[in-house]
Amino acid sequence: MHVRPSTHPTSQAKEAAFSPYEDHGGTNLAIAGPDYCLLASDTRQSNGYNINTRFAPKTFKLSNKSVLATAGCQPDCAMVTTRVKQSMLTYKHNHNKEMSTSAIAQMLSIMLYQRRFFPYYDFNILGGLDEDGKGCVYSYDAVGSYERVPCSAFGSASALIQPFLDNQVRNKNQLGKPKVTEFEPVTPLPLAEALRICKDSFTSATERDIYTGDYLQIFIITREGVEEQIHELKKD
Amino acid sequence: MDARIDLNNIGFDFDLTKRNAGLEANGATAPKATKTGTTIVGLLFKDGLVLGADTRATEGPIVADKNCEKIHYIAPNMYCCGAGTAADTEFTTNMISSQMELHRMSTGRESRVVTAMTLLKQYLFRHQGHISAALVLGGFDVTGPHLYTIYPHGSTDKLPYVTMGSGSLAAMSIFESRWRSDMERQEAIDLVKDAIEAGIFNDLGSGSNVDVCVIEKGKVDYLRNYARPNERAQKEQSYKFPRGTTAVLKTSIRDLVQVTEDTAMDIST
Amino acid sequence: MSSVNFKSTRATQAATPITHSGGPVVTGTSVLGIKYKDGVMLAADCLASYGSLARFRDVDRLQPVGEHTVVGASGDIGDFQYVQDLLEKSMIHEFYTADGHALATPHIYSYLSRLMYQRRSQMNPLWNSYLVGGLNDSGEPFLGYIDLIGTTYQSSTIATGFGAYLAQPILRKAVEGRENEITEEEAIKIIDDCMRVLFYRDARSLNKFRRAKVTKEGVTVTEPYSLTTEWGFAENIIGYGA
Repeated sequence: MHVRPSTHPTSQAKEAAFSPYEDHGGTNLAIAGPDYCLLASDTRQSNGYNINTRFAPKTFKLSNKSVLATAGCQPDCAMVTTRVKQSMLTYKHNHNKEMSTSAIAQMLSIMLYQRRFFPYYDFNILGGLDEDGKGCVYSYDAVGSYERVPCSAFGSASALIQPFLDNQVRNKNQLGKPKVTEFEPVTPLPLAEALRICKDSFTSATERDIYTGDYLQIFIITREGVEEQIHELKKD
Repeated sequence: MDARIDLNNIGFDFDLTKRNAGLEANGATAPKATKTGTTIVGLLFKDGLVLGADTRATEGPIVADKNCEKIHYIAPNMYCCGAGTAADTEFTTNMISSQMELHRMSTGRESRVVTAMTLLKQYLFRHQGHISAALVLGGFDVTGPHLYTIYPHGSTDKLPYVTMGSGSLAAMSIFESRWRSDMERQEAIDLVKDAIEAGIFNDLGSGSNVDVCVIEKGKVDYLRNYARPNERAQKEQSYKFPRGTTAVLKTSIRDLVQVTEDTAMDIST
Repeated sequence: MSSVNFKSTRATQAATPITHSGGPVVTGTSVLGIKYKDGVMLAADCLASYGSLARFRDVDRLQPVGEHTVVGASGDIGDFQYVQDLLEKSMIHEFYTADGHALATPHIYSYLSRLMYQRRSQMNPLWNSYLVGGLNDSGEPFLGYIDLIGTTYQSSTIATGFGAYLAQPILRKAVEGRENEITEEEAIKIIDDCMRVLFYRDARSLNKFRRAKVTKEGVTVTEPYSLTTEWGFAENIIGYGA
């Protein structure tokens, strides 16, 4: 921020200019399957070397077909989530039906790009079922560029988890395993195995990323609806 | 041979300091060192003193070592906990340890804690804080138990209970609410363990296990991994790759020795 | 995707940039809060500092709002007094509707968080961290945190400022997992132990505190009180080296 230098004596030698952003850490993961979608987040909210709280969910159920995972600056994440929910409600009142996951995806992109020059510091993953009942995952940057992908990891441990997912979920660099191409919208993994990979991703990220830990929250979206699970992670 | 030491050629090499400062001013970045974002503590009890440390070493947000040793050996009756840049604490304590050993050989007497403390503070002061070593030094010598903290700039404290590192406030909160003079040995160990665990669970720079070192008159107990409150969870499945997962692009077999047909040499004669 | 510039361009767009407060001026230090069996307990000391000067020594930083809520403030005291004014106006405004409804803890928490986020988005923050203690819609204990950029979280133990470093480890050890067992007497002891440690180690603190509790019966704030301190060990500390 640029502030005009003041000549007032008390304004001299003050702390650094105000920053409207902070990074509150945390990691999200999503895997899209043939008939399910899986989203997972740790629940630690931190500030510097401090833990604010061990349980601050940052992944929210939007409807029976879609879930939104957010990571980055907590107030911005909360604002984006609130605005998406509000718009979904308005849509429902206007059209007498629930928004589809792909419609939410497009709306979220626009919402983020509207703040191109004062962005929401928020990295989203939108997961759910598409119009055909297939799992879908949309991953975003902070200003609204988005893409449908078979799996994605975002947040403080994304650099640790994403290569693992590429290898285990998309079978990258594995000879003799079926190829999951760049253009494939879903992975062929059965739900049980996707869950195991998801849990192992988080226990491993907790070992090596100081901002990831405490509890693991998993959302499983199937035709039956959204199931939520809570698991323990290490607290150090 | 000239046995004299050239005093201009010992210690650090500062030749490129100015060049590096120039490069950094132009946007280059120096390689980052491993910091031990740390909780280290020490306290005096009835018969001696207890040192404690966590075992996490970090590189920014990444855990570099999950079970490192932060309680360093100085002398048979003296140990030193280190926080700050891992290399600085390691080399500094090593060097002082070696000087103490030479001093013992020269004098034939047991090392004193003040000696190590003075060497450390003079060394750190000489380098004006550029050596990032924040230390907790403890030992038992002919004059009794001693506990010091030494800051990177060379200042020292002599107190009955001390903490250092990024978890120092978490650990100090435990000491300030529960420390008493003349505690029993086990009480002191328990308090040190709780102080380190306060760091492990509340400070993200600290983690994993608790190391403890109890120093009494003529006796040292180094309790490596005294508490392990953070065992890794069992993995859900095995990630062993079957043979052939990685493609073989090229095979080349070379003969490194020439094998010739001959009768074996007879060495019986 | 190329990297994104997160800096606001708002301030530079105006022909003459507007300058806002560069930082807190008269400040209060930590506020502590815990949940216990009957409700929520908060504590703060009575000091308002002006830099390193202990400027005002009888400041109340625990503000009851309505029947079942207490707001505790650290940071700029002037900004807190402005927020006290806004809260009082809101409560009066709600009272005028005479519909039998009053703002409850979650509403006040939500209001404060939106206020703080709005001000940070205008690049003109209210330089405070707040604890909001009270009861939620189902009458269970509620304890939440809000800071100058609008960060919110809830927990069974929270400490602002220096307390986040010095009190939170003690609070978590004493309270986590035992929220429904802790009696009022024990809660007082836990809070007082933390305030004592803060007085020992926080150079901007004072041995004069107020403590508030919120239960189903309502809000009570104590008169200022002091704690016993122990300096006996200092007799044996001589020098800093040899």
